Amino acid sequence: MKGFVSVQEAAAMVKDGMTIMVGGFLGCGNPYLLIEEILKNGTKDLTVIADDSPRTGRGLAKLIDNRRVKKLITSHVGQNPNVARQTEEGFLDLDLLPQGTLAEMVRAGGAGLGGILTRTGVNTIVEESPWTHSKINIDGVDYLLMKPLHAEIALVTAYKVDKAGNGWCRGTTRNFNELMPMAADLVICEADTVVEIGEIEPENVMIQGMLVDYVVKGEPR
Amino acid sequence: MITMTREEKVETIAKRAARELHNGDVVNLGIGIPTYTSNYLPEGVTVILHAELGHVGAGPAPEPGHEDYYCANASGNPSSPLPGSSYVNSATSFALIRGGHVDACILGALQVDTEGNIANWIVPGKVMPGMGGAMDLVVGAKHVVVAMEHTAKGDIKIMKKCTLPLTGAKCVDRIVTEMAVIDVTDKGLVLIEYNPKFTIEEIQANTEAELILADDLKPMITEV
Repeated sequence: MKGFVSVQEAAAMVKDGMTIMVGGFLGCGNPYLLIEEILKNGTKDLTVIADDSPRTGRGLAKLIDNRRVKKLITSHVGQNPNVARQTEEGFLDLDLLPQGTLAEMVRAGGAGLGGILTRTGVNTIVEESPWTHSKINIDGVDYLLMKPLHAEIALVTAYKVDKAGNGWCRGTTRNFNELMPMAADLVICEADTVVEIGEIEPENVMIQGMLVDYVVKGEPR
Repeated sequence: MITMTREEKVETIAKRAARELHNGDVVNLGIGIPTYTSNYLPEGVTVILHAELGHVGAGPAPEPGHEDYYCANASGNPSSPLPGSSYVNSATSFALIRGGHVDACILGALQVDTEGNIANWIVPGKVMPGMGGAMDLVVGAKHVVVAMEHTAKGDIKIMKKCTLPLTGAKCVDRIVTEMAVIDVTDKGLVLIEYNPKFTIEEIQANTEAELILADDLKPMITEV
C-alpha cells in the first residue's frame, strides 16, 4: 500500500478513456464516494467492468446516467433503462456476459490464467461474444473458452481497512470487491471505516494490502 | 375451458413447485412466481436459500426501519441472514452454482422446448436486460425446474423448438404450470401430472410440443 489519499486525489487518477473495474452488486458494495467524485471531475469515455448497473441514480449507475461510460462489460442492466436507451442510440457499447463467467474472467485476469473454460453459455448468444475465444470439447463435454479481464484501475470498497491496506468486506458487499484488486494495475479502496493494523485478524483479510495502492476514507452506510 | 385468474395460477404453480424442494436443499429461486414457492414449503421442509450476490442461507426481508445496507438480495433489495448463513464473493457464489452444489433452481421462462432448452432472458421487442446469473444456474443446478404460466395470455410457451435466444441448452428437468407438470426426457416431454380443472386435450391444445402421457399419469397435488 502506498498510502491514504483524499477522495479528490484518488478520483483524479481516473482519466478519460481508461478501463476501470468497479466493485458492487446492484449498488451493494459500490465505492460511492469515488464514483461521486469522478462524476464531479467530468471524467468521460470510460470502459467499465462491473457486475451490473444499479437502478438509475444509484452508485455506479450515475456514471452511466451522465454518459461517462462508452463501453460497459457486465452481466445485468435490467434495472437501469438508460443503458438500453444509450445502447439503442449507439452511444454505449454493451458486452453482456453470464455473471459467473464474468466473475471467473476477472479472477483469471488477476490470477495469471490465460482464460477459463465453462459450460455456461454453450449454444447461446455468448458464443458470439468478443470475449469468447472458442468452443472446446473435452471428454465429450462442450465448454466455452473465455478470455481474462484486466483493468487499468480497480475501484473497490471494504467495510474495514487497516493502515496496511488490508480489507474486510461486510455482508453481501463482498461480491466483486474481493476479486477485482488482483486484476487491475492500480487499486483504490474506499474504506467505510479505517482501523489499526491487527484489528482485522489475518485470516479474515479479504483484500490483501499488498494489492491495494491507495485507500480513501469513506463512511459506514 | 375454465379460466383461472392470475392469482389462482400463481398460487397453483407456486404450491406445486414447492413440492420439488426437499428438506435441507440449497435452493436458488428466480424472481416472480419462483419466489412465491418459499411461501408454500411442505410441512417439515426447510431449505437454504442461495442468492447470486454471495449469500448462502438468506432470510426474509427485514421489517421496515431495520434494513441493513450490507445485506441485500439478488434483486438489490434488503435481505437478512438466517442463523448459520454465510457470505461469499461472486466467484465462489457461482462456483457453488456451476459446481453442482445447488440442489435445485426454480426459475421462470418465456419458452421451453422438447429438448429442455430454455429461453428466459430476452423479452421480445425490448433491449436485452442481461442474463445475470440465469445461464450459470441452468447449467449448474442439480434439479432445474421451470415454474411458469402455461401460456402467455394464450401465446404458446412450451414449444417444439424455442424461437427466442436461449438461456441454456438441454438443461431443464421439469416444467410446472397451472395446467400440468411435465418432465423433459430423452423421448420428449412427458406429462406426469395434470390439473383436474383441465382435460388432457386442453393441456395439449395449449402446448406446441407433443406430450407423451406418463404410464402413471396422475392429478396434480396443489394442496400444502
